[in-house]
Amino acid sequence: MRSTIRKRDYYGVNMMSKQTMFEKIWNNHVIHSETGKPSILYIDLHLVHEVTSPQAFEGLRLSGRKVRRPDLTFATMDHNVPTKDRFNIKDPISKQQVDTLTANCQEFGVKLYDLNTIDQGVVHVMGPELGLTHPGKTIVCGDSHTSTHGAFGALAFGIGTSEVEHVLATQCLQQAKPKTMEVRFVGNRPAGITAKDLILGLIAKYGTDFATGYVIEYTGQAIRDLSMEERMTVCNMSIEGGARAGLIAPDETTFNYLRGREYAPQGEAYDRAVAQWQALCSDEGAVYDTVVELDVESLVPQVTWGTSPGMGTGITSSVPYPDRLQTENERKAAEKALEYMDLKPGTPMSDIPIDYVFIGSCTNGRIEDLRAAAAVAKGHKVSPNVTAIVVPGSGRVKIQAEKEGLDAVFTAAGFEWRDAGCSMCLAMNPDVLQPGQRCASTSNRNFEGRQGRGGRTHLVSPEMAAAAAIKGKFTDVRNWEFKTEATA
Amino acid sequence: MQPFSKLTGLVAPVDRVNVDTDAIIPKQFLKRIERSGFGQFLFYEWRFDEQGSTIPEFNLNKPRYQGASVLISRANFGCGSSREHAPWAILDYGFRVVIAPSFADIFYNNCFKNGILPIKLSEEQVEELFQRTDAKEGYELTVDLENKVVSDADGLSIPFELDEHRRQFLLLGLDDIGLTLQHADEIAAYEAKYASRLANSF
Repeated sequence: MRSTIRKRDYYGVNMMSKQTMFEKIWNNHVIHSETGKPSILYIDLHLVHEVTSPQAFEGLRLSGRKVRRPDLTFATMDHNVPTKDRFNIKDPISKQQVDTLTANCQEFGVKLYDLNTIDQGVVHVMGPELGLTHPGKTIVCGDSHTSTHGAFGALAFGIGTSEVEHVLATQCLQQAKPKTMEVRFVGNRPAGITAKDLILGLIAKYGTDFATGYVIEYTGQAIRDLSMEERMTVCNMSIEGGARAGLIAPDETTFNYLRGREYAPQGEAYDRAVAQWQALCSDEGAVYDTVVELDVESLVPQVTWGTSPGMGTGITSSVPYPDRLQTENERKAAEKALEYMDLKPGTPMSDIPIDYVFIGSCTNGRIEDLRAAAAVAKGHKVSPNVTAIVVPGSGRVKIQAEKEGLDAVFTAAGFEWRDAGCSMCLAMNPDVLQPGQRCASTSNRNFEGRQGRGGRTHLVSPEMAAAAAIKGKFTDVRNWEFKTEATA
Repeated sequence: MQPFSKLTGLVAPVDRVNVDTDAIIPKQFLKRIERSGFGQFLFYEWRFDEQGSTIPEFNLNKPRYQGASVLISRANFGCGSSREHAPWAILDYGFRVVIAPSFADIFYNNCFKNGILPIKLSEEQVEELFQRTDAKEGYELTVDLENKVVSDADGLSIPFELDEHRRQFLLLGLDDIGLTLQHADEIAAYEAKYASRLANSF
């Protein structure tokens, strides 16, 4: 009798209950499913910005629909916002888009963090900062870098404008269930290797579509050791590997970060929430559809050389020879990329001179990023050939940085200190590269024209960007001469 | 949404891997608040130089590809941002079908919301289409969604796979918000059941 029960437990309950974190969150949010059809998934948090929402609100108006849950919908303006003289948006079409968001939020009762609030910022910096991002939530935004919020163990993904309208109207989405992938970071993170290097190294190894159709869960000691903000950097670029979303299991790092934030549960409710969140972690022995690994200990600081985030290598390497690549399509793509980037095969990465440095974005615009860049910049001077800008990810990041004197470190070194916004991550605002200019950028995409027509983008960490600003070319930040005193 | 069932149209090739959404519709054109009028900006920086003059070498500028309604390209088409402006531009330019070995997830999903049929074929099949398009001026393909077949007038016939729900969705031109709202009771029940979590009180 006893053995029968054990057997049933073994083959039934226990086996069935071995779920990945993704499956737990997914199952917690399916409100309806039918064979052969996408599931209807409930959305706990909808973040909205000015670029991908106007047509969605217009759709609601045309069909006479309301925003179903304004209390679960939060908006800010970031893509079009100038980072100096920010209230003076000179481009009339940009201004109309920002004004349209303001009007739509008023009409539909959506909470908006506009330029008059200190919370305004890049949407994926703002959400976690306000404590809106919780483990176990389903989170969407009309923006592919919504994957950032997965750092908390939330299922967070980008959607198109039709789906923005869908969520506004129904608080649900129709979704086919993605597959699961474990990305295992093996080994301990060496000194001088940043979260950005982990994710750039991963994409350089596996390509920009290795995770298409998958939700990634990042695991391994190197991930556990990351701070909350570093985890956001990793999850942010999941989409650059093609993934629908990227998750990291919540732990004390997560709970400590969230405690006390405005939209986190308060008091005893927080303890009850933590108990629920702890149960979200993937069960021991849960099976992923695919597993890939990355050796962390052999990583060196990463720099991209091409026009796709996967076209990257270590600072100690050289620009690759396209004819040595494996497939015809890869060779053609690399040749086109090197032509656009004006780079010769065999050039050491550390010999590439730069014109511009951008430190900021939803990938690397948080306080720890600015601290890391300031530590490198302190006591040095930006190369006379380089324009370098530092753009805090939000109004709160800016205030905190100024409290710590980081702005003074940057400006003493010759960096420009700006207001919060997406800035040069994508050229929708006045921060634009001129044709032919080469930029060391802490953002997430090095596509042709991403930072301005003809602009050439190299993706790096904040530390590598700050060092490049000072040297005027890429340099291995592991050999950096850190100074404790600022120059007079 | 405009339904899609069958189309015979001129084929235009864009022979690149990883065609990203910044290439499909550069960000300076994302500032409009309408859904329409994006076709003029499709592949803008490949079609026009810095002075706004036409770049004759780019395929979509060649006379032989004018009026094309089937776009063929290489792997990981539509990677990058979630901007639905990308399929809006493709549709507004006149394409109803995009054929490639693979698509980025968000772009693929966005196509169906706009009556565009993205078709995944093997690398070899796509290469075959590139060769046939190149070899014959005025090369056309017939795309039959009812039977899930791509064919030409010279005997080529390639079946393709498509999720049945997505196929029905396109054939009927359905409004998926309307479909979800048929489950309004279940949505309300979910909200009632999890009210305390949604209210942050746990």
